[in-house]
Amino acid sequence: MGAMNLECDNSASPCWRVRRRGTIGAWLKQPGDTVERYEPLVEVITDKVTMELPSPVGGSLRKVLAQEGETLPMGAPIAEMETDEDLPEMPPPTEPAVVADQSQSTEQPGTIGYLVKDVAPVAHGGGAGPAQTSIPDPETPGGGARLSPAVRRLLREHGLDPSRITGTGMGGRITREDVQNYLSSHPTAAAPASGDAANQDEEYLPLTPVRRMIADAMVRSASQIPHAWSTVEADVSGLVSLRADSRASFEKQEGFDLTYLPFFAKAVAEALEEYPTLNASWGGDKIILKKKINIGIAVAAPQGLVVPVIHDADKMSVAELARAAQDLTERARQNKLTLADVQRGTFTLNNTGALGSISSQPIINYPQAAILATEAIEKRAVVRGDAIVIRSMMNLCLSFDHRINDGAEAGSFLQAVKGKLEGLGPGAPLN
Amino acid sequence: MAVKTVIEAVREAIQEEMRRDSSVFVMGEDVGRRGGVFLATQGLIEEFGESRVMDTPLAEASIVGISLGAAFRGMRPIPEIQFSDFMWPATNQLIGEAARVCYGTHGQLQAPLVVRIPYGGGIRGGLFHSQNVESFFFHTPGLKVVTPATPYDAKGLLKSSIRDNNPVVFLEHKKTYRLVRGEVPEDEYTVPIGTAEVKRRGDSLTVVSYGLMLHYCLEAAQLLAQEAVDVEVVDLRTLTPLDASTVLESVKKTGKLLVVHEDNITGGVGAEVAALAAEHAFDHLDGPIVRLCGPDVPTMPFAQNLEDAYMPNTSKIAEAMRKLALY
Amino acid sequence: MLPSESKSGELPNEATSPTPPPLVLPEGLSVEDLVDCYQRIVLVRTIDERIWALNRQGKVPIAASCQGHEAAQLGSLLAAEKDAACFLFPYYRDLALKIAVGLTPAEVMCSFMGKVGDPYSNARQFPLQGADLSHRVIQVSNVVGAGMTQATGYALACKMMGDDTVTLVYFGDGSSSQGEAHEAMNFAGVHQLPLVFVCENNRYAISVPQSRQMAIDDIAARSAGYGFPGFVVDGMDLLLCFEATCKAIAHARTQGPVLLEMKVERFMPHTTDDDDRRYRPAEELEEARQRDPVVTLAALLVEQGTLSQHQVNDIKSQATKLVDEATATAENARLPDVSTISDWVYAP
Repeated sequence: MGAMNLECDNSASPCWRVRRRGTIGAWLKQPGDTVERYEPLVEVITDKVTMELPSPVGGSLRKVLAQEGETLPMGAPIAEMETDEDLPEMPPPTEPAVVADQSQSTEQPGTIGYLVKDVAPVAHGGGAGPAQTSIPDPETPGGGARLSPAVRRLLREHGLDPSRITGTGMGGRITREDVQNYLSSHPTAAAPASGDAANQDEEYLPLTPVRRMIADAMVRSASQIPHAWSTVEADVSGLVSLRADSRASFEKQEGFDLTYLPFFAKAVAEALEEYPTLNASWGGDKIILKKKINIGIAVAAPQGLVVPVIHDADKMSVAELARAAQDLTERARQNKLTLADVQRGTFTLNNTGALGSISSQPIINYPQAAILATEAIEKRAVVRGDAIVIRSMMNLCLSFDHRINDGAEAGSFLQAVKGKLEGLGPGAPLN
Repeated sequence: MAVKTVIEAVREAIQEEMRRDSSVFVMGEDVGRRGGVFLATQGLIEEFGESRVMDTPLAEASIVGISLGAAFRGMRPIPEIQFSDFMWPATNQLIGEAARVCYGTHGQLQAPLVVRIPYGGGIRGGLFHSQNVESFFFHTPGLKVVTPATPYDAKGLLKSSIRDNNPVVFLEHKKTYRLVRGEVPEDEYTVPIGTAEVKRRGDSLTVVSYGLMLHYCLEAAQLLAQEAVDVEVVDLRTLTPLDASTVLESVKKTGKLLVVHEDNITGGVGAEVAALAAEHAFDHLDGPIVRLCGPDVPTMPFAQNLEDAYMPNTSKIAEAMRKLALY
Repeated sequence: MLPSESKSGELPNEATSPTPPPLVLPEGLSVEDLVDCYQRIVLVRTIDERIWALNRQGKVPIAASCQGHEAAQLGSLLAAEKDAACFLFPYYRDLALKIAVGLTPAEVMCSFMGKVGDPYSNARQFPLQGADLSHRVIQVSNVVGAGMTQATGYALACKMMGDDTVTLVYFGDGSSSQGEAHEAMNFAGVHQLPLVFVCENNRYAISVPQSRQMAIDDIAARSAGYGFPGFVVDGMDLLLCFEATCKAIAHARTQGPVLLEMKVERFMPHTTDDDDRRYRPAEELEEARQRDPVVTLAALLVEQGTLSQHQVNDIKSQATKLVDEATATAENARLPDVSTISDWVYAP
């Protein structure tokens, strides 16, 4: 509602402005005339009405700024008056802005409103057809099923990677229940994420899939396998001599350096043949002995730890083991391992000595029965007879599943490995 | 406890309130000697006389307008609109006037009237004896909209409505009148307006409904239970004010929401319930919010097969539940 | 002087015969009443003109003038006041009625400016619309005819509750076309309710003349169809309106409804947003203004020697002063607190 109104310009010499676009009809007062407050001052024609504008103040008309017949935009001054009255505060225009804009943008007054823009009729988005529901299939952008808000929230709260959870919903979608089931079967995974984004002292690294998998495997092993540990010390002075003697010719022949690893693998494979409960896994109500001896070797690949497997290690010579290890290590570093390369391991060998470690408590590669860390070979002063001699020594650190083996078996196994390694010396065959 | 029909519960509520409060009176077409076309007011004229059980001319606008004016004077009228389909001439008095009385007088005036309206279909009523009208009133601030489904709720909510100081649109699904029976206490009780009730507990998904459809939802939930799907069924009972907290609590628990109503799908109560869940339970949703409602046609057609196609029923609801459960 | 009963369907129109100034006041009306009434009619006219001016200054968004209707409104109000047991359902053009029941000019101005202090709706509704229960007035809405069924319900409730209130419901010729006008009168007739239907017929529904609204001359004739009497009154004659309303109230209380049709003139456009020059001949308006009820009453009082011209002038300047003060009060009044926007959607 509203009409063309006068607006007071609160300056020393009051100046009256139209508050809506309109055309001046006739001036009912002339400059110099005395005007009473509310006395008709001027006739104004707008799109809705033709009306007399009453003077907002009493005083005299000093100057007419808008001539008869002149069409003025909103806010244009039309007259100046002299007055002794206090000038009132004017309220803002009461017309909606669109109408005011329209008034300014068209030449002739004509309409009292207009469409903001052309608007096509909008069809009902609802139910076409008889009573029915249309449950959309889960969308699968980028190959993975879309996660529902509830699933997202749970994953976020527990720091879970959806790739670890098998979806049982429509189209393989991970349901809220799937996450809840996962959490209840993986209690340690249920630790809420320590995500305080406001903490300025911390920085968060996003998890790579490999890191996720390692974490998952470690948590699974550490939480499910009751680990026990045992360490023996081996005198590998003979092995050191053997390697030193063979190294140059081996490299010349094979094209790569001869490390200690194949000797360790050979000793372990042989010891496993003697102690099959170390080449096993826990079956809940039984112990599963593995007929094949497939030794995994932990490799620090650029993307993280991987454990490629030397299958049928017991059937290989040191040189063959060396080649197999070399091949797997090389491919691991190039990220070219196949699925078969990392599957069906029965025991894991972790050559921590390559990193200078002298003692470890490795975590078993689930669901295997044990893992052996071969530590750094160091020259140490040891007592032989009553003499102190310098020997090349190393520690063999075994972690084993105490459900499958007791200390006796583990100790025997370790002694077997130790014995085989200590038995090596210059002249021992590599093939 | 006595087992009664919805229509008996409605009649008892009116009768007891008329005995309790002399300002309560009934007016409408055929409410007197005839006892109402559905017999909701049967026997009342004999007990209270024709000044308090008033047959009116066939003129819905004035039935509500006159009730409203009487409410201004301090009476508590219960106008009956014979069928929801005949409501439209009175919508100005209800939506345009009654709903705005308190606001438009800044609390000086109140409009304590209960407009009783038999509504809904599935009775071969065709386009003009089957309409669902709730969304029009649901959209209107100032009105309370009550939609009981059981005899217990019908009686308890009608008594609360009569005692309320605001205009109440009391929607009685006419197919429930004699189809639905339930226990009704002999002792005085009321059911508060604005409270939904979980009529069946479950964890798999939430179904929100009201009126006749509630019963179909409960039947369907029973079927799904045999398939190891535990459906939680929420009866809104009151559309305005909507008990959002009961709905949201259930949705947060189950993660899935199906809204079922007979009214047209577009702009219906289901749309609002869905929006509430999307806004306030987003992080708990584990599936799309689904509506199973009447299609956007002007009420159900007369032909049996077309009416069947229009109406949600137990098997359609069960199928929707199943799909959502499997999602 | 007395309005003619029109049950027969032949309706002698009092407005057509010239009425000499009454030497004897109607029963129940004193000279003091008339002077008081003149003060009120001058105040109403002053406010009415001021509101129009304030609209042009952008301070009042909308106004519907009652100029030309004052005699009908104040004459009937006077009758209701004398009765002392009436309840009023006016319509949107009943500015004189709503002011004269006892509002202060400041309350009126606050209402028109949408400020706190509006007694009807606390600035939620159009000016003077809602309820003024302290003066027994309800006008819920702008929807013409809707108030007629509500007033009928009010009268029904009064009858049911056994009190002796007579309800007066006001409406224009435009409203008389509404279906609810028929429904209300029909129901009132069936139940013989204590209800007076007061039609202020100014012959224009905004721009549509009576000839395009109905095929009859007198709306009062319709009462026959509802089984109660109808009268035509010269709505420009305050004393006639008073007298007719007194009789109507008495009839309503004891026998049932009455339809009073007061033939009035609308001096101003429909509202501040209307321009009646587009549809109304200037001569017609000029002629109508010759019967200005404010001028007529002043002339009567001066002619009767009740007031001097000096006193008449004093009354006008007193009114102007009151309205100036009220305007200033309203301009300085507060707008409603925005935080209250959701108050009173529901009653507790």
